[in-house]
Amino acid sequence: MTLADMKQMTPSHPMAETALHPLGFSRARFILFVVTALAVVIAPFVLYPIFLMKIYCFIIFAVAYNLLLGYTGLMSFGHAAFWGMGAYLTAYSAANWGFGFEAALLTGTVTGAALGLIFGLVAIRRTGLYFAMITLALAQMVYFICLQSPFTGGEDGVQGVPRGSLLGLVDLNNDWNLYWLVGTILLGTIILSNRVVHSPFGQVLRAIRNNPARAKSLGYNVDRYKLCAFVMSAALAGFAGGLKAIIFQIATLTDVSTVASTEAVLITLVGGIGTIFGPAVGSIIVLSLEHYLAPFGPWVMFTQGVVFVFFVLVFRKGLLGEFQSYFKTSL
Amino acid sequence: MDFNLNLILGQMVLGLVNGAFYAILSLGLSIIFGLLGVINFAHGVFFMLGAFAAYMLSEVFGIGYWPALILVPLMIGALGVVVEVTLIRSLYKLDHLYGLLLTLGLAFAIEGLIRIVFGPQGLPYSIPDSLRGAINLGFMFLPYYRAWVVIAGIILCLSVWLVIERTPLGAKLRAATDNPQMVQAFGINVPVMLTLTYAAGVALAGIGGVMAAPIMSVDPAMGTNIVIVVFAVVVIGGMGSIFGSILTGLALGLLEGFTKAVFAEASSTVIFVVMVIVLIARPRGLFGKMA
Repeated sequence: MTLADMKQMTPSHPMAETALHPLGFSRARFILFVVTALAVVIAPFVLYPIFLMKIYCFIIFAVAYNLLLGYTGLMSFGHAAFWGMGAYLTAYSAANWGFGFEAALLTGTVTGAALGLIFGLVAIRRTGLYFAMITLALAQMVYFICLQSPFTGGEDGVQGVPRGSLLGLVDLNNDWNLYWLVGTILLGTIILSNRVVHSPFGQVLRAIRNNPARAKSLGYNVDRYKLCAFVMSAALAGFAGGLKAIIFQIATLTDVSTVASTEAVLITLVGGIGTIFGPAVGSIIVLSLEHYLAPFGPWVMFTQGVVFVFFVLVFRKGLLGEFQSYFKTSL
Repeated sequence: MDFNLNLILGQMVLGLVNGAFYAILSLGLSIIFGLLGVINFAHGVFFMLGAFAAYMLSEVFGIGYWPALILVPLMIGALGVVVEVTLIRSLYKLDHLYGLLLTLGLAFAIEGLIRIVFGPQGLPYSIPDSLRGAINLGFMFLPYYRAWVVIAGIILCLSVWLVIERTPLGAKLRAATDNPQMVQAFGINVPVMLTLTYAAGVALAGIGGVMAAPIMSVDPAMGTNIVIVVFAVVVIGGMGSIFGSILTGLALGLLEGFTKAVFAEASSTVIFVVMVIVLIARPRGLFGKMA
């Protein structure tokens, strides 16, 4: 079974689904969305809000990644560049140019999109494994540039990023205010991703993923659609990275390193490639693993590797993907 | 910028040393990809394991460089057999991307394990006594060991090329790359061939690791660092031609050395820049066949 075959298992008539249910979700997804929203409300009373916000940023990052891998069929190994540069530019513009919260975040998002356009123009010339290798190499180039440029602060990173306030009204230095904002953004991103996937645009992307030759023969400009999906994904990844920089008030070389790219891949794989809620499930598992194993140093890397191998061999569709085929619904 | 000819020539010769490693690694990647359809992300890790195996042989058993050059590839090859049979084999019927994901996970697991056992710091491995010293080339003093790496690397790559292009075994390999079903119908055991090809490819990386041990620091990250550059080399060369990947590897090493001499800041990015240019001008790579 190929990746494409697997995706064809998702129900075929999204238009029928979307017409009936609130916020454009199918029934199963709406239930999951309500569960997610409840979890966002309850979680900060149980767990450390900063850790939760980190998870949310990675969920948004993985949603961006999944839009590309799951719904367009392009496997990028270079998303660290968008996430990391988004973080750098958000941090830098807030710390050095006096940009407020919204302007800084917008700067990060635009940076991600612009970089995505450049990467996309080069990388979509090849498909499949080449695409993966090219994006990896381009991201490594960005990493080396960041390592040498003065603006990134080298090993120190961009520190002391001011969080500012939302629309000049809500002080974001208060962790709780920031938490509710990030939680809302997360829920908004999930709604948005579901909308995009089920829009006519999303349908074309899926057609391209399942059968590029056929999509082309139907008159769609395949490369243009791929590029568009790539830029969207990069913009959202830049946004997520920027949000992370604001929350932690720092942007570092780790954000642009290969590690961040592989994290996006791992989260998406664990949660379920091509599922709306997979990134959320994957982020919770992968980041918890990292969090609780962190005191044991290199065991994190070892465990991540084992999880990778295990999921590829046994749960290739990811947790939600397996659920999906078991209950014959789409999540 | 300071154009010192001696410096440029010197850096280019040293660049050739890196080029030899690029050639050895991209050769193995190409052979594995050609037959198995798997991009072996773990290739760098096998390179790193080669260096650690040489280190362990010398520390624990007192076995020196020359025997290690024979023993280590056998050990890494054996490990390759195990990996192919237990893990990679089950993925051939799936999308190629799963092979990439699996070997990526494998690379993480092995590198993590090495970090757990040896720690993150570099370990020393000394140059064999017979290759100490340097030769005066007029524009530089070239250490004998580095000269040996370049020459041995080129000979190694060329002999692999000869085996593939000029022997009956190589002919079977090329035929199986082209049409595995047909070759199997002729009574050749293709699954065994796949296993041995994977083993041979990673064994090559293992030899590279032994050769790198005395000049690069033996540390867990050495494989990951080099393998990303080698991916770029493979994209530039295109995977169609064995000879092409050898030539590309060496040429890019030279170019990297040249850049180090004239514009050092760009030396770590120059290969990626070349990749972008090649992709724009000739997407299938310099020596790649049409898709």
